[in-house]
Amino acid sequence: MKFTEIKYFTFADPPNELTLESGEKLGPITLAYETYGELNKQKTNAILVLHALSGDAHAAGFYKADTSPGWWNSMIGPGKGLDTNKYFVICANVIGGCKGSTGPSSINPKTRQPYGLDFPIVTISDIVNAQKHLIDHLGIEKLLTVIGGSMGGMQALQWMVSYPNRIRSAIPIATTMKHTPQQIAFNEVGRQAIMADPNWKKGRYYGSAKPAKGLAVARMIGHITYMSDVSMAEKFGRRFRVDKAPNKFGAEFEVEGYLRYRGDNFVRRFDANSYLYITKAIDYFNILNGKRLAYIFKGLKAKVLVIAFKSDWLYPAYQSQEIVKACKLAGVDTTYCEINSTYGHDAFLLEIEEEADLLKHFLNTVSNGTNNGA
Amino acid sequence: MDWIEQDASVLDLGCGNGELLSRLIEEKQVRAQGIEINQQAIHRCVARGLSVFQEDIDTGLSEYADESFDYVVLNQTFQQVKKPDFVLQEALRVGKKTIVGFPNFLNISARFQMVFGGKVPVTPSLPYEWYDTPNLHFLSIADFKEYCKKRAIQIADSAFIAKNWKVRFFPNLFAEIGLFLLSDAF
Repeated sequence: MKFTEIKYFTFADPPNELTLESGEKLGPITLAYETYGELNKQKTNAILVLHALSGDAHAAGFYKADTSPGWWNSMIGPGKGLDTNKYFVICANVIGGCKGSTGPSSINPKTRQPYGLDFPIVTISDIVNAQKHLIDHLGIEKLLTVIGGSMGGMQALQWMVSYPNRIRSAIPIATTMKHTPQQIAFNEVGRQAIMADPNWKKGRYYGSAKPAKGLAVARMIGHITYMSDVSMAEKFGRRFRVDKAPNKFGAEFEVEGYLRYRGDNFVRRFDANSYLYITKAIDYFNILNGKRLAYIFKGLKAKVLVIAFKSDWLYPAYQSQEIVKACKLAGVDTTYCEINSTYGHDAFLLEIEEEADLLKHFLNTVSNGTNNGA
Repeated sequence: MDWIEQDASVLDLGCGNGELLSRLIEEKQVRAQGIEINQQAIHRCVARGLSVFQEDIDTGLSEYADESFDYVVLNQTFQQVKKPDFVLQEALRVGKKTIVGFPNFLNISARFQMVFGGKVPVTPSLPYEWYDTPNLHFLSIADFKEYCKKRAIQIADSAFIAKNWKVRFFPNLFAEIGLFLLSDAF
């Protein structure tokens, strides 16, 4: 078996820094990325996979001496939904992240210290601009598709608006055109938990104890919003844990144990400041940005496949229907499917069979250039 | 099929597994879009390479501007929607022309079963039992013609089918399926 390797691409060296949406400049920028499959000679089979809030460049396969695969391993691989026998799949860690790409835990070249809160605010549009540099670097003129769920779906929408001529199709999954007050509210509670942790110290905790409790609570809140009432009832019921804690407010219920486990696990692999920056990027996301719904995708030649899940209450189906509406108004060639699932928002990582069926056929249609008779 | 010309744009409301649209793309190179409510049917449409929305056509077509398609098709869907009157008005608005196809509830074999059998008819074009039928509205060819007159909908052409042959006389009696090519009277 071939092992997956992480690669790095550095650009925007001063004085050619990347100008961010805020007007601030960032550089040099490193993007950590992985690729699976082979890029064909004409460079027409490249797929850019876009990760969600807590994801990273490690979307598929195994690292040497590692037992758990990448976050979308069930979708990416030979014969899978994103078939690496046919396609060249790329996934890069977002800027602001903490898994190899430049973010608040990276060293600020000006101070030779970690950026901390000196790191500029980044937006989904900035994240996509950085990805575009990587695609240029790889010599790819047109991506076969850009695909992602949740925050990954926001990036897919951003590609449709920022670089419509660089994509042949887009697949936004379980996402929204703009973050709603409810979605912002959940993120804000997560951020408050981090900032209330005495170890956070206004972001200057590198080299000392991490704000682990705060980040764990943020992750616990996140996890609740990713599941559904039904999926939680099925998974945990009101069952007590076998090794029930002896003290009064220890983790008694299965669900408590699960959330604590998820929270503690997350702290080991994620940086609290990155959590602040990325949730903020998500909250700022509003693809319309003052433009009218009918004009946002005007002139887009790419085919679009929008997927939503019935029990997703964090990014409800009506938000995907808004995307479809905008596509319709712009006359974009679009398909919309609402997959039956009880998993809630997490469904985009779990309903692999149905999703893969749609992706395979859709990508076949796109790569065969069957442009629907038009 | 004959009514739709080469390279036309077609919106199929309730496109099912997408057979009709696939044939139209193959034979007439139409620009096709389907709308279908059933998820499994959506999967089969995507497998055929069709563009399709999973939607309830009873909620209307408000995102489409007037006359944004050359043809809007309601094939065997018309009798299954909750609000046929509203759906047809929407189809007429969005399509330059509209094609409606539905089973003739009062064809001769259905009449026989009702009158002599004393039961709700089950025929090749109405294959369902009363307890599991997706059909919500039961109409005859004569009913539809009267309806069009009332709504000032112009019938540009019509075709009547029974067991793969065209019915020329007394369609309300002999046809199993009625097909109408409609346009706004204005």
